[in-house]
Amino acid sequence: MLNPFSDLSDDLCTQLQGDEVLTLFLRGEESDFVRFNKGTVRQAGHVQQATLELDLIDGSRHASARITLSGDPAIDRDRAATQLSVLRDLIPYLPEDPYLLYSKDVQSTDRTAKNQLPESGEVVDSILGECGGSDLVGIYASGAIHTGFANSLGQRNLFTTDSFHFDWSFYHQADKAVKCGYAGTEWELEAFQRKVESGRRQLGVIERSPRTIEPGRYRAYLAPTALYEILSLMCWGGFGLKAQRTKRSPLLRAVEGEAHLKSGFDLRENTRDGLAPSFESGGFLKPDQVDLFVDGNYKDPLVSPRSAQEYGVATNGAGSHERPESLDLGAGDLATDSVLQELGTGIYVNNLWYLNYSDRPSCRVTGMTRFATLWVENGQVVAPVNVMRFDDTVYRILGEQLVGLTDSRELLLDSGTYERRSTDSARLPGALVDDLKLTL
Amino acid sequence: MHETIQARFQAAAPAVDFCSLRLVSTRTEQLWVRQDILQPVNTSTDVGAMLTVMDGGGLGYAATSDLSESGLREAAQRALTWAQRTQDQCVVDYRKVAMPRPQLEYSSPVEIPWDSVPLTQKIDLLREICGQLKTNDAIVDWEASLWFTEEESLYLTTDGARALQHMSYLVPDLGVVANKGTESQQRTFAARGYCRQGGLEVLDTGDFRTAGPQIAEEAVQLLTAPNCPEGDMDLVLAPDQMLLQIHESIGHPLELDRILGDERNYAGTSFVTLDMFGSYRYGSDLLNITYDPTRKDEFASYGCDDDGLPATREHIIRNGILERPLGGVVSQKRAGIEGVANSRAASWNRPPIDRMANLNLESGESTLDELIGQVEQGVYMKTNCSWSIDDSRNKFQFGCEWAQLIENGELTTVVKKPNYRGVSATFWRSLKGVGNEDTVDVLGSPYCGKGEPNQCVRVGHASPPCLFDKVSVFGGA
Repeated sequence: MLNPFSDLSDDLCTQLQGDEVLTLFLRGEESDFVRFNKGTVRQAGHVQQATLELDLIDGSRHASARITLSGDPAIDRDRAATQLSVLRDLIPYLPEDPYLLYSKDVQSTDRTAKNQLPESGEVVDSILGECGGSDLVGIYASGAIHTGFANSLGQRNLFTTDSFHFDWSFYHQADKAVKCGYAGTEWELEAFQRKVESGRRQLGVIERSPRTIEPGRYRAYLAPTALYEILSLMCWGGFGLKAQRTKRSPLLRAVEGEAHLKSGFDLRENTRDGLAPSFESGGFLKPDQVDLFVDGNYKDPLVSPRSAQEYGVATNGAGSHERPESLDLGAGDLATDSVLQELGTGIYVNNLWYLNYSDRPSCRVTGMTRFATLWVENGQVVAPVNVMRFDDTVYRILGEQLVGLTDSRELLLDSGTYERRSTDSARLPGALVDDLKLTL
Repeated sequence: MHETIQARFQAAAPAVDFCSLRLVSTRTEQLWVRQDILQPVNTSTDVGAMLTVMDGGGLGYAATSDLSESGLREAAQRALTWAQRTQDQCVVDYRKVAMPRPQLEYSSPVEIPWDSVPLTQKIDLLREICGQLKTNDAIVDWEASLWFTEEESLYLTTDGARALQHMSYLVPDLGVVANKGTESQQRTFAARGYCRQGGLEVLDTGDFRTAGPQIAEEAVQLLTAPNCPEGDMDLVLAPDQMLLQIHESIGHPLELDRILGDERNYAGTSFVTLDMFGSYRYGSDLLNITYDPTRKDEFASYGCDDDGLPATREHIIRNGILERPLGGVVSQKRAGIEGVANSRAASWNRPPIDRMANLNLESGESTLDELIGQVEQGVYMKTNCSWSIDDSRNKFQFGCEWAQLIENGELTTVVKKPNYRGVSATFWRSLKGVGNEDTVDVLGSPYCGKGEPNQCVRVGHASPPCLFDKVSVFGGA
């Protein structure tokens, strides 16, 4: 997919007139999706798609459009050329854009890897074979994800990853289940078998009689997967410069220095060790990392080219939504192996669900426990807990009430597939929290 | 183009139990003026097709943007391979599912086509409206936007079914942020809820041209307002909060694929079980919910769903009693229960699953004043800004942008950060007042997410304001 993109880019750039500048941004995938329920296949299929964003720039005026590419070079040449003409005709009717900013320094990159994925049908046989007899529900997604940038100044950035993600749950009954995941670039049967075995072991606990707990304040351990839900919500408008300058950011109090998180809380956008492309649609490259919180204090925002121009600061290659794609939270000193003992009596939360702000300026968030949330007494797992709602501020959960972060971290790959497969990821420890407020 | 695609499909389709093609072409244009400056005009065109094969009890699909005969042939072969591969492995024997064979054409009602008004005129309109929003120094961000989508779908089967549907959608929005120190308050135009099918005439159905100054004033007013009080009290919800309440605590739990377990790994399951249909008391006698694709200007009206099942109006809940689920033809077969035509896909690149479409709360007999007049102590809330509910769609907590106290039957003090929480299984039984037809707003949302792979679809929710008894209400931190 990327070779035709390069050829198409070269062809389009020869069609420019006068001082026109053209930027092109490709996103595409060739993915298999197999959906499971009750240990059988619900839907299985393949999606091949590619979109091309064109931004034609003439001085301070520009016009942009997104088109679907067919994969046939001749058809795509015609489509893109036609769209280029439409944009050219449109530009005179548009005003100058004071916040237009695109990369003028040519910095080409190429990050592609050899495809080592097995044929998806074989994986499905393996999944059904290993998980036979279980109430398994989930999705296997696999294949190539492509991202490309090109401009008429000669810059070319190419990114391809061939990866898989099997995201599934083993169910006991009703809403009692264990959530599992296995992702990577090479399918290793033994590694998968270990994941299956681990999930089944946890299911043994879930099968115990559940406990209903009363609203109140509880000591809680948030596994990395649960913590990821809280951080993901913070990513929704929390770290972008525009959200901060327009006073929409839920972290405004931290930005203004009125609130902070626990000392030692170091959160960064770590592009270097993440899985997402290192360039954005205007051609700017992302730095290896951007410090978001250092030692509990808010540090730097993510800055898109447009915000950079609007607010007169330098961009750090963030996309238009100014949202982290490769979160990295530093480990703490809480021994992972002794988390249950450190928790003592409280709840062990593997997963949270459906978080939202209940008071955005205060960064107060609410959400539900889900899947394997366990009641622990004196360091021993006793029973699964029926779902509970929490409602508390991030400044308490990750600030004054944060007992500690674990000394080991997990790499979590985002299994999201809205419009296309995600390349987001997070490397996170677990968090031990005192007095988490449960409300319903 | 349709004839060409039809011929290519017939040539490419394998000889199997069932084969369909769903061609979807979409054009969007987004105009956005922020702080009186036109933002980049976003346009997109998208076209592609999904081929679905059922054979020997298995099912496979393949989505492609290569619409040449060879492209469709390759897609058909991929779909066939998956269908063959999943024989004896599927959750249902697809040979037992009688797929519909629609013959219909459908189109949105359009009085003023989007393209009949020049781009510059639409931009000027947004500039004018945006210019009305900065009414106070406390307002730090303000914007006005229009999001137009034109979509055409062609559904074909190898044995002659054909459904051609042409949709036109418009989503107008306004937004204002007021700030003082680290306190910010936002007001919007029903949180993008005034979305409709139709042309530019939609702008005149929801006061889009004139609502700006009031929204701006309310945002500023909220900055100095006291917190919403805490306690169990009567609650009146405006239609632009009712849409969310209906969506999350009636719509999602009644999706048949959730009840059948398909969504348990992602969107969740449901507290509703199959044995409840026909007898379960979901709400008070005042609760009447319909799946209504016949309200043509509503956001999710259509002639047939994406499995070709013709859409008809059905009662989902009648006088508080649960009657039928939201489930398409495949789920109906699996569950052995009648549903509705709601098997829908986000686009050509996603397979159809059970979704909400237009799910409406039928009007009652009260004016808004009569609803408020019944309340001795309570809160009136409008415009959703926060939503959270458990994976069984039971324990919920929702928040609104704006609220006003109700004291002795009258609206009094404006309060900020209003939230409330409850449990779906009991909440609707506390419904004790429903607005009349004159109070109904036809609203919706462009963003309903669900499914693996994930899909985001449009939904419509028409509702009057409603009064609930003794709800747990509270304010900010």
